[in-house]
Amino acid sequence: MGRAYNTIAFDAAKCDGCGDCMRACARAKTGGEDVARSRIQIAAGSTGFELALCRQCGDPRCVAVCPAGALAKDGQSGIIGWDAGKCVDCLLCTLGCAYAGIALDEATGRVAKCDTCEGSPACVPACPHGALKHHTTARIYNEVGDWEDLFAPGLAGCQGCNTELLMRHTLRRVGPDTVLATPPGCVPGMGSVGYNGMAGTKVPVFHPLLTNTAAMLAGVKRQFNRAGRKVTALAIAGDGGASDAGFQSLSGAAERGEQILFMVVDNEGYMNTGMQRSSATPYGAWTSTTPVGRESKGKTQDAKNLPLLMVNHRCAYVATASTAYMDDLYDKLDRAIVAAETGFAYLHVYSPCTTGWRFPTDQNMEVARKAVETNFVMLWEYTPEQGLHLSRSVDDPLPVTDYLKVMGRFRHLSPEQVQHIQAKVEENRAFVQQISQQSQAPREPSRFAGHGGDYGKGDAPRS
Amino acid sequence: MTMRQTRYLVVGSSHAAIEAVSAIRMHDAEGSLTVATRDRHLPYSPTVLPYVVSGRSSSAQVLLRDAAYFAERNIDYRQGQALVAVRPTEHVAQLDGAAGGELRYEKLLLATGASPIVPPIPGIEKVEYHVLRTLDDAVGLNRAIGTARRAVVLGAGLVGMHAAENLAKAGANVTIVEMADQLCAGYFDRTAATLIEKAFTDHGATIRTGRRVVGLAPSGHGAILTLDNGDSLEADLLLVATGVRPELGYLANSGILADKGILVDDSMQTNVADVWAAGDCAQARSFYSDAKVMNAILPDAAEQGRIAGMAMAGDPGLRRYPGGVPLNTYHFFGRHAISVGNSRQPEHAQVETRFDEKTGRYLRACFLDGRLVCIHGVNEFFDGGVMAQLILRRVDLDPVRERFVAKPMVVGRELMSQLWR
Ligand SMILES: Cc1cc2nc3c(=O)[nH]c(=O)nc-3n(C[C@H](O)[C@H](O)[C@H](O)COP(=O)(O)OP(=O)(O)OC[C@H]3O[C@@H](n4cnc5c(N)ncnc54)[C@H](O)[C@@H]3O)c2cc1C
Ligand code: SF4
Ligand code: SF4
Repeated sequence: MGRAYNTIAFDAAKCDGCGDCMRACARAKTGGEDVARSRIQIAAGSTGFELALCRQCGDPRCVAVCPAGALAKDGQSGIIGWDAGKCVDCLLCTLGCAYAGIALDEATGRVAKCDTCEGSPACVPACPHGALKHHTTARIYNEVGDWEDLFAPGLAGCQGCNTELLMRHTLRRVGPDTVLATPPGCVPGMGSVGYNGMAGTKVPVFHPLLTNTAAMLAGVKRQFNRAGRKVTALAIAGDGGASDAGFQSLSGAAERGEQILFMVVDNEGYMNTGMQRSSATPYGAWTSTTPVGRESKGKTQDAKNLPLLMVNHRCAYVATASTAYMDDLYDKLDRAIVAAETGFAYLHVYSPCTTGWRFPTDQNMEVARKAVETNFVMLWEYTPEQGLHLSRSVDDPLPVTDYLKVMGRFRHLSPEQVQHIQAKVEENRAFVQQISQQSQAPREPSRFAGHGGDYGKGDAPRS
Repeated sequence: MTMRQTRYLVVGSSHAAIEAVSAIRMHDAEGSLTVATRDRHLPYSPTVLPYVVSGRSSSAQVLLRDAAYFAERNIDYRQGQALVAVRPTEHVAQLDGAAGGELRYEKLLLATGASPIVPPIPGIEKVEYHVLRTLDDAVGLNRAIGTARRAVVLGAGLVGMHAAENLAKAGANVTIVEMADQLCAGYFDRTAATLIEKAFTDHGATIRTGRRVVGLAPSGHGAILTLDNGDSLEADLLLVATGVRPELGYLANSGILADKGILVDDSMQTNVADVWAAGDCAQARSFYSDAKVMNAILPDAAEQGRIAGMAMAGDPGLRRYPGGVPLNTYHFFGRHAISVGNSRQPEHAQVETRFDEKTGRYLRACFLDGRLVCIHGVNEFFDGGVMAQLILRRVDLDPVRERFVAKPMVVGRELMSQLWR
């Protein structure tokens, strides 16, 4: 099977051409400061900063044209490695590569290329502006790919929906010793409850009412405890099922500290039944019950902040996550699983809805990312012992319009409405930051974010 | 007895062949695949042979694939089995060698490359000479250079020049005889050639351009050569490097059309169903015109092999051959020269050159309608792969032309980053 690999990503918009990455590379690779010898090259272009760096290609042309067998892709790391002993200095590889990824180092007369410094690139932490990132998410896919998929093959979801990703990954992670509750919403709609008398999952699954999910699951879990069997009691609910009709039982279970892992897939409305508003629908958004016409201009109230309400229950664990930041999500899922062994764990995942929010089906991750980059949603986690910590810096966000404009449900907004949303984003940020600043206890290092990872230096929580 | 069968038959074991093999296996992991090659070794590149000659690389070290590679992918690798005939209507290939025989294929790739041309000089059959195309040639030449005192190389193409450098470094007295009036004429212009020539003469080699050998006769230690101006040269080692040509004897009566090489279309298919050809044996479209040309270089062999393999396996990701662009790099006496694009400049082309006597840096770039046609440099590094893309994508360089000529590497990277990163 194919493998996923870590990569170095460059965000030209954040680069100011300071050259710190090149100096770090030159130091690491040549022991000197000569940036001409750096394997990463940044140059000022006519419209911004440009990058030349090996992409560690899947189908590397440099390898295909090397006559000496001196270049090869390492199946484990994905790195295209250069064997100095085999290389005959013919420079043909520089003709094969279309990206200037391998080039002559004039000081040695030999070619040189990026090898990502054995998995911890020197350039990434050297960038003071966070323009370079080492995406280490690949490890998740390689690890998870080996675990059993506990969901039925084939799903009845909308094209481009990220809920399948969430369901498959979450079930793979919690494993077979799980009882799953999926109240009405997109998750059963996609097939968790099965059809023709067959379950849609390979673990026991049931379909409670919107109102009683947490209560039923709590009872099931207690019965397993009584019988002496260790299982994970998992709910995957929509925002409607959690923040509206289901809130009473959710709040009760949290208050009693039931040993449940409650995951909310928040697509900000009742999308499964025809895109009606929920209390999680944001201000200004079009839904079928907050239409856009001569009078009505979308929803007139702000969304309820359910994860913060859960913090006020002092649950054993509360976190927000996004599928655009999978290593963070995984990290949090791991902590939630542990927390659910002794108390109530709540994991709130922001989940863009291609159909209800109206954006192209290939844009789900991009929309999810923009929500985070604009602070429209914030990624954090909370435990009673350590307080609330931001998982990602909320400083220097993109303007909220960068998020609003990528989907149809906000297309009608007036400047005043946009202003209202921007103000709400600011207020939310200030509120969450204030809580996080009161939380001084350090966060444990994350499991998936390796050195220089997405949650490495440049992006560290500012607590 | 029923005839042996294979879904894919790839003939040859060098760049075009191995790229085709990996392209086929990328799309079809199971279909039976046979590689038949005349050579008696695992795959290696002719391009690396100068370094085997010099002793820098051992012959074991230069192999591009090991036996396990073929075993793991369920590929039947047959060495020492040359293709001698094809009967496309029956889908049958005839291989020679003890274990050869007839083989029925569904799809056939001819990637048999080229062999050295031995010019019909009177007396050549009476003297001992070397050529350089196979690993066995290289091992033989490596032994011979140790004892050579006076060597003559016929032909100042890259093969001859590489060998001459090795001979000079090994301490021999070397003369290069070239018919054309400059060396490396296919790749470099006169200024670049002069720079290359100077490096050779500085290291004690003699270069005689514009001269032909008209006679050869055996002598006590080797051969006596007579040149067209009446001069004579003595050689205890004679290397013939006057060019290559595909050996296409196996095409007789096959109906497969060839001119200088096997004629192919933009997916490397021949005029005959289920037969493809790629690499030095193929004659494919030039990027610069619709004429079909021989572009006997490694990067093109790899590219064509890959296209052929994808076409044979029915890979929908196939992109048609954009036409050949000459590409080369040349490393000599610690210096380097890079050549991208057509060395013959078209009419109306605008040529820009610059030369710095002190550093020996030389650059020549040629433009037509704002587009890059070719770029050559000596001691001036730029990313040849990026330049080739600028040519293939017909990027308009007018807005940046002055900067480009001043700093081709930097501006090339900038354009790459903007246009196709
Ligand atoms: C000394 C030297 C230096 C070179 N330097 C450069 C350079 O710097 N840059 C560059 O771009 N190119 C260079 N080249 C050219 C480059 O090596 C060729 O373009 C490239 O190898 C072509 O690959 P190919 O697969 O088409 O053919 P080849 O490499 O010629 O391989 C042909 C294969 O087919 C096999 N074969 C031949 N006939 C038969 C038959 N009848 N049946 C079965 N098998 C057969 C052969 O054994 C061989 O395995 C150089 C070549 C030489 C010899
Ligand atoms: S050097 Fe170029 S071709 Fe090779 S892996 Fe890197 S980017 Fe790809
Ligand atoms: S310079 Fe070295 S790595 Fe590059 S193609 Fe030549 S032998 Fe291979």
